Amino acid sequence: MTQILKVAMPKGRIYKKAAELFRKAGIEVPLDVDDSRKLIVHLPEVGMEFILAKPVDVPIYVEHGVADIGIVGKDVLIEENRAVYELLDLGIARCRMSVIGLPDWKPGIQQRVATKYPNVASQYFREQGQQVEVIKLNGSIELAPMIGLADRIVDMVETGETLRENGLVEMETLFGITSRLIANRVSYRMKNEEIQQLCDQLQRVIPEPT
Amino acid sequence: MSKPKGFEKPAGVRDYLPHVVTKLRHIERNVLDCMSEWGYRQIITPTMEYYDTVGVASSTSDRKLYKMLNNRGTTMVLRSDMTTPIARVMGSVLKEESLPVRLSYHANVFRSIEEKAGRETEFFQTGAELVGNDSAEGDAEVIALAIASLQAAGVETFKISLGHVGFLTGLLEEVLPDQTIEQEALKETLLNRDFVGFREQLAHFQLSSEQRQELEGLLRLRGAQDICRQATALSSNPRAIASIQHLCKVWEVLEAYGVSEHVMIDLTMIGDFSYYTGMVFEGYAAELGFPVCSGGRYDNLLTQFGRPVAATGFALKTNRILDGVNLLLPQEEAPVLIAYDVNSRREAFAHATELRRQGKIVITEHIEATHRLEPSADTHPLTVKYSQTIRFTDGQIISI
Repeated sequence: MTQILKVAMPKGRIYKKAAELFRKAGIEVPLDVDDSRKLIVHLPEVGMEFILAKPVDVPIYVEHGVADIGIVGKDVLIEENRAVYELLDLGIARCRMSVIGLPDWKPGIQQRVATKYPNVASQYFREQGQQVEVIKLNGSIELAPMIGLADRIVDMVETGETLRENGLVEMETLFGITSRLIANRVSYRMKNEEIQQLCDQLQRVIPEPT
Repeated sequence: MSKPKGFEKPAGVRDYLPHVVTKLRHIERNVLDCMSEWGYRQIITPTMEYYDTVGVASSTSDRKLYKMLNNRGTTMVLRSDMTTPIARVMGSVLKEESLPVRLSYHANVFRSIEEKAGRETEFFQTGAELVGNDSAEGDAEVIALAIASLQAAGVETFKISLGHVGFLTGLLEEVLPDQTIEQEALKETLLNRDFVGFREQLAHFQLSSEQRQELEGLLRLRGAQDICRQATALSSNPRAIASIQHLCKVWEVLEAYGVSEHVMIDLTMIGDFSYYTGMVFEGYAAELGFPVCSGGRYDNLLTQFGRPVAATGFALKTNRILDGVNLLLPQEEAPVLIAYDVNSRREAFAHATELRRQGKIVITEHIEATHRLEPSADTHPLTVKYSQTIRFTDGQIISI
């Protein structure tokens, strides 16, 4: 008997891309769930149940086993550092984590870096041998160097459009980001057949990096 | 941090109320009884140890050790597991003891946690160690005991994943000879459960497509005994082959125990390489999101305490079983209430003693005869429901 897989799906930007990938793999899931206010979507015909979560929460649901598997960006995975299996690079929602600043930036004595990813930023600058003060912000990170809250920021860059519009430049790239399929430690073993089958189905349709 | 308010306790610790303690003790007693039936005798060691001995030798990473200073400024740790203190005991107090030694324990252990991660700082582990046996028989005995212990604890549906650290080490030595940094990097990704990283790194190395497929195939090596045959075909490295042959033997012994149906060989199951030296295993229960037990062979640990002998063991994550498993607990008998007035103390207490001798739970309360006894409508966790009320007035039983 196949068991229902509980899937933590990120609401917003990544959802649609993930749903398209599922459909390409022959798994008929709804393309759009944002217009309904439902938090749990039952999909018995494909043996799944979607739990719609804020992207940063996906690894937490999966670590605690309230979801068997989940889809989440590598940025969140590195920042949250949860004990989950990272099974598959889905090749969607491709972007990168970068250090960004004003074009005339020069290293000062007291360096401040604003970011939504304090763990990623702290670790990176530490590895670079730089002492910086990290300030956690929750959105519109680009504002920080423009109005003098911080001299640089660490943030996700997709096309670089927002940066250009605001007169900022990308200075260094930390790592590339794509969405990943993750699994709970117990589910990965107890529902191995179902999860492995999903992996195989998805693997066949994962887009090649361009 | 601001001064804690009166009701607060540190993050990651908990209070166990009586009905939870009943369940915890039930699990503890059943598991320890089971271990004792297998000849494992219980040991108690101190909650606190030196950082430089037990702290450093333990498999717990430094940032997860719960450290503090004693009044002389020496760094102490709250024990993070029981295996390391037991290794210390084997190398000191039990230095002359002939081997093998079979020990069991039930103890609280401590891990320093990140705030708000939903993890526990203090929790119970119930486990066993077999010291001085380096055979497949010993490994299988410990796994079979872990299975019996899970059953004794009331966990009905579970799976044990069994792996071996030597297989991967051997396989990597063969494919990436003398490239220790690369070998370590690959092991690190598997240890972090990062299969994507594992494949990415493989793609960067100069490997033939055959070798790459071999290593990627590792991620699929799980199942029953036939996995041993598949894995043997993957490598000609003596260490990898020896590891697989060892797992095959363990499997045979488990079959003889009649428990192999619970076990799955999984070669992606690898433990901390600096600690485990042979087979490793983890147990999973369907209803729980975290493993319910883990164990393995750690032949180098006791060397650090001056007694280089082989050892293998496991621990049940007792708190996870406590929280996640529904147990049919034996119904506790409701207590008898003896209400007495000041003139009936002697008679009331004598009666209570008599009833207690018969095995009843008796609560005595000084309640004057004028006071009416009403059954409590309260439903708080500690509200007592009496099976019977006996009233003593002026030295006489007046109502039962």
